[in-house]
Amino acid sequence: MLADTQVFRPGSVDEALAVLAEAAERPTILAGGTDLMVLQNAGLLRADQVVDLWRLDELRGVCSADDGRIWIGALTAFEDLIGSELVQEGAPALVEAAKTIGAKQIQSRGTLGGNVANASPAGDSLPVLLAHGGDVVLQSARRGRRKVALDSFFRAYKEIDLEADELIIGFLLNPAPAGATSSFRKVGTRLAQAISKVMICGIGQLDGEGRIMALRLAAGAVAPVPMRLKNAEASALGKTPAEAASLVQAAASAEVAPIDDVRSNAEYRREVTGRLAARFVSSL
Amino acid sequence: MRNEAGTAVIHFRLNGEEVRVEGVPPMERLLDTLRERIGLTGSKEGCGEGECGACTVMIAGRAVNSCLVPVCQVEGEDIVTVEGLASSESLSPLQAELVAAGGAQCGICTPGVLVAARVLLDRNNSPTRAEIREGIAGNLCRCTGYQKIIDGIERAAVIERGESG
Repeated sequence: MLADTQVFRPGSVDEALAVLAEAAERPTILAGGTDLMVLQNAGLLRADQVVDLWRLDELRGVCSADDGRIWIGALTAFEDLIGSELVQEGAPALVEAAKTIGAKQIQSRGTLGGNVANASPAGDSLPVLLAHGGDVVLQSARRGRRKVALDSFFRAYKEIDLEADELIIGFLLNPAPAGATSSFRKVGTRLAQAISKVMICGIGQLDGEGRIMALRLAAGAVAPVPMRLKNAEASALGKTPAEAASLVQAAASAEVAPIDDVRSNAEYRREVTGRLAARFVSSL
Repeated sequence: MRNEAGTAVIHFRLNGEEVRVEGVPPMERLLDTLRERIGLTGSKEGCGEGECGACTVMIAGRAVNSCLVPVCQVEGEDIVTVEGLASSESLSPLQAELVAAGGAQCGICTPGVLVAARVLLDRNNSPTRAEIREGIAGNLCRCTGYQKIIDGIERAAVIERGESG
């Protein structure tokens, strides 16, 4: 019953963390509600206690960190990422991805922290975060803050490196280097509202001789976790885009671990991952 | 802060008027509070999972699916529903043009389309057809094929800009 759910609405991060520290069992964390409320409406949410973070304005917003990285508060909504000049300049692929998440009604409410905490393999922002690299900043009442590299944060299907008393506070994202090309590509039934079949995010850069000197590729919806395509990246370094394209395509197709489901099948996802990766490299 | 009793008292601004709702479970959907407790049945439930946009309302000038918003999160917020789009007994230009264009047929998607279009036009008074499509991409319509809806919004934008044409 809805009325049986006890809802905490803390007014500060410290207060929220105190609730988590006292709880015998981790309460359900509510941010923008765009995933959680779908579960509740379907009768699939069993929540005795909910901690609603929505009032925590200290977790909202984008700014430039002292080390030049982009700080994104966990509660920043996709609409605010789309409108952020810092994100437009330093992480344009994140803007592209945010624009494909649901539609306006979801972008206005859904948060980056929520997308990460939900840790769906098809979470649209996740390949972008991996392609950029950086840290997830976590905090608990007892142990304070810690940082976890994005590369090791997604551990298994819907399993992240987050303790029961911790909250995701925000993200320190490495900006795309000056002169780099970056891109996000999503393949789904339609752009708006559809859950992705395959996603690719790439950030790459050529040297003065037209050879690939830096490349980061990440994919989503093609494995239990969002993943870097490290073999594909390695295969391209030092080569021209034309030389690298077929190598990248073969490596990317080989290193993903997709499944058959209602949205697509493994063979299609494998093929499309390779082609999207090759297309990105060819565009450099 | 802590909601020991299981229900809450929530205050918000609704279509320009202060509203106080008592005895409401904090996780109740805003859509249900609007329809069942306040009696504003303009906002519709289509899918109940944030896909169709029939329940779209405006919170602080943003389009949201009211089926995905727990009512506790609207404490102190400014909400506009389809009922708030017309200031009198007559239709607003946006509503009138949607009707005139044949953009309202069975009517289930119409309230959500109108609110999404209002948010779009408030931010961009001369949207391209592509921008209109993007603005209503979260509103599914199974009657019109969308062209007539886009025609109506495009025409409303012209009238709102004062270009009678």
